[in-house]
Amino acid sequence: MDWEFTQETFVSLVSALPLTLSLAATAIALGAILALALALARTSGILVLDWFARAYVFVFRGTPLLVQIFLIYYGLSQFPAVRHSIFWPVLRDAYWCAVMALSLNTAAYASEIIRGGLLSVPHGQVEAARACGMPRLMVFRRIVLPLAIRQALPGYGNEMISMIKATSLASIITIMEVTGVAARIISETYRAIEVFVVAGFIYLAINFLLTRLVQLVEFKLSPHLRQPENAAQMAIAGDAR
Amino acid sequence: MTQPGFFDLLSFGPDGWAKALMAGAWMTILIALSGYTIGAIIGTFGAWAKISGGKTLHVAADAYTTVLRGIPDLLVIYLLYFGGSAAITSIGRLFGADGFISFPGFLAGALAVGITSGAQHTEVFRGAFKAVHRGEIEAAIACGMSRSLRFRRIIAPLTLRHALPGLGNVWQVVLKESALVSITGVVELLRQSQIGAGSTGLPFDFYLIAGLIYLAISTVSSIAMRQAERHFSRGVRRG
Repeated sequence: MDWEFTQETFVSLVSALPLTLSLAATAIALGAILALALALARTSGILVLDWFARAYVFVFRGTPLLVQIFLIYYGLSQFPAVRHSIFWPVLRDAYWCAVMALSLNTAAYASEIIRGGLLSVPHGQVEAARACGMPRLMVFRRIVLPLAIRQALPGYGNEMISMIKATSLASIITIMEVTGVAARIISETYRAIEVFVVAGFIYLAINFLLTRLVQLVEFKLSPHLRQPENAAQMAIAGDAR
Repeated sequence: MTQPGFFDLLSFGPDGWAKALMAGAWMTILIALSGYTIGAIIGTFGAWAKISGGKTLHVAADAYTTVLRGIPDLLVIYLLYFGGSAAITSIGRLFGADGFISFPGFLAGALAVGITSGAQHTEVFRGAFKAVHRGEIEAAIACGMSRSLRFRRIIAPLTLRHALPGLGNVWQVVLKESALVSITGVVELLRQSQIGAGSTGLPFDFYLIAGLIYLAISTVSSIAMRQAERHFSRGVRRG
């Protein structure tokens, strides 16, 4: 392995990192909103909404993400109505097309994770909140959603990692994020192994940090599962006595 | 020139792309099946290394699954396709051939899909093996079964039964991942749709058709998987 070449590659790949991160962050944020809406539609008990959410999840989970990206980026330009609409500056832009495809895709997977979280909320908790006289919205905001988020977090962490990996597909529609730059360097130099090692290291580092971050949030959100700190101190004090 | 309508594209006539798209779909299934098989073989060894391998093997298997689940599949395809081409070209030079020799895209794609799905197979098999009751294995030992007989008659069928739902999920992932192999130029479903989109100027129609075909393949295979699950859990009491 050529050390100098590896260093140069590392510098050019790291300079593409902000683009990868912004793609992932925007897609995850937009996808989360859509996913929550889909999960609520699925659990609403209203037949039309329920079937819409089912169909959405079926279609987006059953087709490759690359097909969805192509359909949005290349496919929509087929229609003159789209090309002349006010949305064209957005739909012409590869970045926004990638963000859109990634958000729509992650929403399908994440909605099932959130739905699992919503279904896991014990009925007694909701009943207790209702008995305290909380209105529906407050029950949702204060009781159901926090409990559901806590339950869904580990699964959601995996989905976020999938999204970081999925941003690499944006390179196929000309976006020069980490994988895009890596592919360019590989095709210029044919030194696939060095570039692969450096790019792989960057992705592993992001995903490692993300996993740790999710674990930290999980820890913060479940204080009831730990021994309270002052109780632990009291126990120690008791031993000393 | 009038543009052909959506259903003209799906016909076998002069404007029709049905034959080409079917060939593409067949290629997609071939890539996915080969990749899946390679992945299952790697997964068997990986699970074995994690369950009963020594310390070195265990660490190696752990490193393999961690790395392959943390990096994009596209990078693995680039590595094998370009790395393989570079390797073959330098081997070719040893034998006096000059010029660039490209690595076969199908092989690179199937290997890449296999290596990435191998990490998932490893975890599925390992989890399934853990779900097999100790008692069943102990009973087999008590009956005096030899190691290989025990594996063939007791461990393998029971592990497979527990692994089936996970294996179905991995297959769905592999099927969708096979679309990435289109970047190597192998004319599978997505590549064929790109060719069609380019020559007719109807990208939306073609990618929509491709999406529908993927959806059909994944629906048929999930029905088949459900049948298989029912078949292999005969004799399991529920509830």
